[in-house]
Amino acid sequence: MATLEDATRRQNGGEPITRERVRHLPGELGTWVFILGDMTVFALLFGIFMYYRDKQPALFAHSQLTLHKSFGVINTLLLLTSSLCVVTAVRAVRKGAQRLPTILLGVAVVCGLGFTLNKFLEWGGLLSHHHYPDTNNFYMYFFVLTGIHFFHLLLGMGVLTALIVLSRKPSLSEKEMMFFEGGACFWHMVDLLWIVLFALLYLVH
Amino acid sequence: MAALPGLLRSRITVVWLFLIAATITSLLLGTDNLVSGVKLASALVIVVAFVKVRFVGMYFMEIGNAPVPLRAIFQGYCAVVCTVLVVMLLTSH
Repeated sequence: MATLEDATRRQNGGEPITRERVRHLPGELGTWVFILGDMTVFALLFGIFMYYRDKQPALFAHSQLTLHKSFGVINTLLLLTSSLCVVTAVRAVRKGAQRLPTILLGVAVVCGLGFTLNKFLEWGGLLSHHHYPDTNNFYMYFFVLTGIHFFHLLLGMGVLTALIVLSRKPSLSEKEMMFFEGGACFWHMVDLLWIVLFALLYLVH
Repeated sequence: MAALPGLLRSRITVVWLFLIAATITSLLLGTDNLVSGVKLASALVIVVAFVKVRFVGMYFMEIGNAPVPLRAIFQGYCAVVCTVLVVMLLTSH
């Protein structure tokens, strides 16, 4: 079983770990290029949303009132809880736990499924009230932003499923451990992007 | 064998509790008149969101223990994007 100590020793050129704090890159470098690139694209989308919000403040404010904040809050709490499960699963794997990481990742997937159900209920409610993506700019950005984020969530649940399979192995190679850490970080990115979307779409007036 | 109670007795759980509390605070800022002035309340909502983002990154993604370049890029991202969004909000009509 690869441990954090193994990982930090690798990064230390194989030298024994000193008493100084050893820095450790969770996951592979390529994973971080992807994560930071994705976060940059979303930053641009956040800015575009704020730009067009300023162009039609009354329309955006009026349309925002049709959203139910409870959907946004519940989804935020679900993703935060799933993130706690995932980071605890990573720590459990490092400590050599066998069943616990699988259970924790399973709970994280259930949280993701809860998000999915909640999202469908929310979208369904809006569509049933004839609030379509082409109704106005607010709904267009709402459906596009939450849709792109939802696509990331589905990818994340696929990654978590792969981590569940991996967590059932009695031991992980260095490469597998890096994939495990990188996959966990991708899920946390899905969480942090939602945190900003929740603020901009539901709460900012 | 690591046990769940032992793993949860850590800073990570405290961070999670903080994030839950920050979410409730954001909701109150976005719905109630906790702060006089809608724009100020909305600016605080954005700031709280990026404080939460930073906590997720530093503790859940373990960027706090990552090499300096990654920490610098991530913290720079939080500071720049948060500042731009707050400025766009405060200068809006």
